[in-house]
Amino acid sequence: MPRIEVTVDGVNYVDEVEPRLLLAHYLRDELGLVGTPIGCDTSNCGSCTVHVDGMSVKSCSMLAVQADGAEITTIQGIAGEGATALHPMQQAFHEKHALQCGYCTPGMIMAAIDLLKDNPSPSDEEIRHGLEGNLCRCTGYQNIVRAVAQAATAEVAR
Amino acid sequence: MTEELDAGLVAEQIAESGEQSSPDGTRQIGQARRRKEDAKLITGQTRWTDNITLPGLLHMAVLRSPMAHARISRVDVSAAIKRPGVIAAFSGADLAADLGSLPCAWPVTADMVHPDHPPLATEEVRYVGDAVAVVVARGRYQAADALEAIEVEYEPLPPVLDMEEALKDEALVHSDKGTNKCFLWPFDGGDYDAAKAKAEVVLKRRFIQQRLIPTALEPRCVVVEPIAAANEFTVYSATQIPHILRVMLALVTSIPEHKIRVIAPDVGGGFGSKLNVYAEEVIALVVAKRLGRPVKWTESRSEGYQATIHGRDQIQDIEIAAKRDGTILGLSVDLKADMGAYLQLVTPGIPILGAFMFNSIYKMEGYRFRCTGVFTTKTPTDAYRGAGRPEATYAIERIMTELAVELGIDPMEIRRKNWIKHEEFPYETIAGMTYDSGNYEAATDRAMQLFGYDELLREQQERRDRHDPVQLGIGISTFTEMCGLAPSRVLGSLSYGAGGWEAASIRMLPTGKVEVVTGTSPHGQGHGTSWSQIAADALGVAFEDVEVIHGDTDSAPMGMDTYGSRSLVVGGVAVHLAAQKVIEKARRVAAHMLEADEGDIDFAAGSFSVKGSPEASKTIQDVALATFAAHDLPEGMEPSINADAVLDPENFSFPHGTHLCAVEIDTETGFTKIRSYVAVDDIGNVINPMIVEGQVHGGLAQGIAQALYEEAVYDAEGNLITGSLVDYLVPAAPDLPEFTTDRTVTAATSNPLGVKGVGEAGTIASTPAVMNAVVDALRPYGVNDIRMPATPERVWRAIQEGSSGGERSAAGTVSYGGAQTAATAGGAE
Repeated sequence: MPRIEVTVDGVNYVDEVEPRLLLAHYLRDELGLVGTPIGCDTSNCGSCTVHVDGMSVKSCSMLAVQADGAEITTIQGIAGEGATALHPMQQAFHEKHALQCGYCTPGMIMAAIDLLKDNPSPSDEEIRHGLEGNLCRCTGYQNIVRAVAQAATAEVAR
Repeated sequence: MTEELDAGLVAEQIAESGEQSSPDGTRQIGQARRRKEDAKLITGQTRWTDNITLPGLLHMAVLRSPMAHARISRVDVSAAIKRPGVIAAFSGADLAADLGSLPCAWPVTADMVHPDHPPLATEEVRYVGDAVAVVVARGRYQAADALEAIEVEYEPLPPVLDMEEALKDEALVHSDKGTNKCFLWPFDGGDYDAAKAKAEVVLKRRFIQQRLIPTALEPRCVVVEPIAAANEFTVYSATQIPHILRVMLALVTSIPEHKIRVIAPDVGGGFGSKLNVYAEEVIALVVAKRLGRPVKWTESRSEGYQATIHGRDQIQDIEIAAKRDGTILGLSVDLKADMGAYLQLVTPGIPILGAFMFNSIYKMEGYRFRCTGVFTTKTPTDAYRGAGRPEATYAIERIMTELAVELGIDPMEIRRKNWIKHEEFPYETIAGMTYDSGNYEAATDRAMQLFGYDELLREQQERRDRHDPVQLGIGISTFTEMCGLAPSRVLGSLSYGAGGWEAASIRMLPTGKVEVVTGTSPHGQGHGTSWSQIAADALGVAFEDVEVIHGDTDSAPMGMDTYGSRSLVVGGVAVHLAAQKVIEKARRVAAHMLEADEGDIDFAAGSFSVKGSPEASKTIQDVALATFAAHDLPEGMEPSINADAVLDPENFSFPHGTHLCAVEIDTETGFTKIRSYVAVDDIGNVINPMIVEGQVHGGLAQGIAQALYEEAVYDAEGNLITGSLVDYLVPAAPDLPEFTTDRTVTAATSNPLGVKGVGEAGTIASTPAVMNAVVDALRPYGVNDIRMPATPERVWRAIQEGSSGGERSAAGTVSYGGAQTAATAGGAE
């Protein structure tokens, strides 16, 4: 089996994996990083979105072997140090009630962080289009748009 | 009592609300407290069922029928057992002795046809996705791989796809039953024929409620942990109903109820789809028992689209009788409701729930309701957000608008003319429900004001006059719903198999903290936050000092779970009632501590004090500690101020509201864009306006999705061709508008909190608001109906043909669902 070396949320891992193993299953089943959930099998829902070398990627649409040598960040590592620390996007999702069941939330937050990297001051319309690869069944998206807009303002203010 | 909110949108209230609660003074109820649930959800420290792993855990995969209807002549799992990592494989016959038949708890009539529902098919498969065999392996991928090695021979039988064809009984879904008719459920209020005889106009319409797929974002999952030697089992399931599931698993498998513990860990949405007892839950339990090892099954999305219940799917023949001045005299409803291949937990009851809602907020003299349940070779239907009430609301709100057009009356005026006036409450409707409260005038006035109704009418006329390629449509929905399921005696009279009560317990801990145990089972609704607000106010303790426990039949042993907008109205009120009992017990201890008569003790803001001498007081925390120590309690008193309450409400609750929608339709492409949407809901008193607004938003999204985007489509062979998220259009952020929401407050009189429930309101109200707007935009083109979803193709065709854009006769296949082709299933780009 191929051997891969990856850094996930700041921790280095060396593993032998099946060539067909999806990155999403590697994170969940091999590393136990179950904060990244899987919501579909067609790469439509975006629940499993993580950052690979700083870019948002649906981890169900990438093989673990393709991540060899990569630096991966999941929802569990996005805030940096400390178990109670929050990234401004996580804080904004909380403050704007941008989640209900929370299943899409890790992917939505990871995608939104990447969106602001490309466009630090998006309009509401740009936020909606920027997140079109992530589905939420609970919120109707309105509060997600508010949260991303707030996080953008907070980032600009920093 | 009516009170219009001056504060405006909830967002402002969020900004105004502080994060720290104060036990003295600030009421928690009514505040937009941020959710306690969020911390784990935004950081990924969640416990979804699929996250659970156990020593020796095995993975189960299910082989499903690729045929809509066939006789099984042979199943051979022997080759699968030899595959790498495989521990066992079972056909239906292998497990039949233990599996039983999946339950239906709602036999709506005494003579309802109720076929066996084997969790694993043994003789016939009856829909694409029907489970045929299972493999259990050490790895997730190994189990999936080994499915290929199972050999099944099928003898094809004719699929049964169209309800009206099915009722001819030429090809049968269940040949031993001799008919595809499941039941006929009649109901009459007043005398429809007499009302119709007086009518000056009678309008008939056929509406189609397309089949929908609920699509909770978390796929279903079950993990069973056995202690085989003790015959004890813990079942973790992504379910809305841990308590009902426990009872049903015991009944189906004959494992004793007290040997089964069911846990609903973090659950990622439900919308009715997890209000069920599924084949895989039973199979995993039986397999774990056989093997003595923990077993996990997780559905893939595409698998779930076949094997998790669908929603809606009705043909509605509606007739309304009226005078020429717009006064409604009577309403006749003839429904055909697609059950699918089998009866799931409450399948037959869903359309029946609509029976009391077609008359909606309107007064009339006669009402006739007939519902025929029909079997087809499709995935079973069951509860989907709103469950029976969106269908009813759609039909009445569409035909009210059509009646207005027929009579040349403004569609809002015809509603005003016929609805129950606010001074007429409580009001017994023609369907026999007693609406306790409501103020349709207030909600409508507020909605009209926010919407700018008259200006939009003016713009519409201008666009019509200049033949603008982009036409404007305005849609109205003045809806009500019955929710808070609810009175056990009523559910009993409808032949439902259980009650509608709900339980709560409050445990006062020695350090002054409070545990609230609830029988509701939230999966996104925020009960942990709202119940904390209720308990904090009732007990005068800090919001932060309350912990809400739910979703585990060991720690929360009594409950009827979460569905039907019932949780707050029944379960939340039960928390309030349990708190009152705690206070009464604590009052006795406080009186003893203060050396006063119990009758002289006041309780306010968390403190007991002696009437007339407020300086002599004990907090409820003082009393909790003294009770825990139990050194000096009143004579004969047990050392506990904990209390339980079980509430069985006397009535349903009846939220209502007025929703207004403006759409722009590009007549050259058929593309519909929602320009503005105003929702003014009256859900009674509000515990947490932030959560309420979120529930409304999400409900609107799902109702709009039915109107414009979603449809489960089967081909002529009975294959689900919208079988994944690629083909079934769940709207994303760009597909939905910004909503304007507000509330009026008419407190419910049927419970002490005055609450009505909000989980389904947005879904129920929005579909007809949008469709009335779409049809309104196209009225100048001779269009008076559009089949849902109103895809660009359907709208464009309707404009070309001046028709409803997809009549049954125009369907591409024998299934009326086939009116939408796979190529256009997507709808909006």
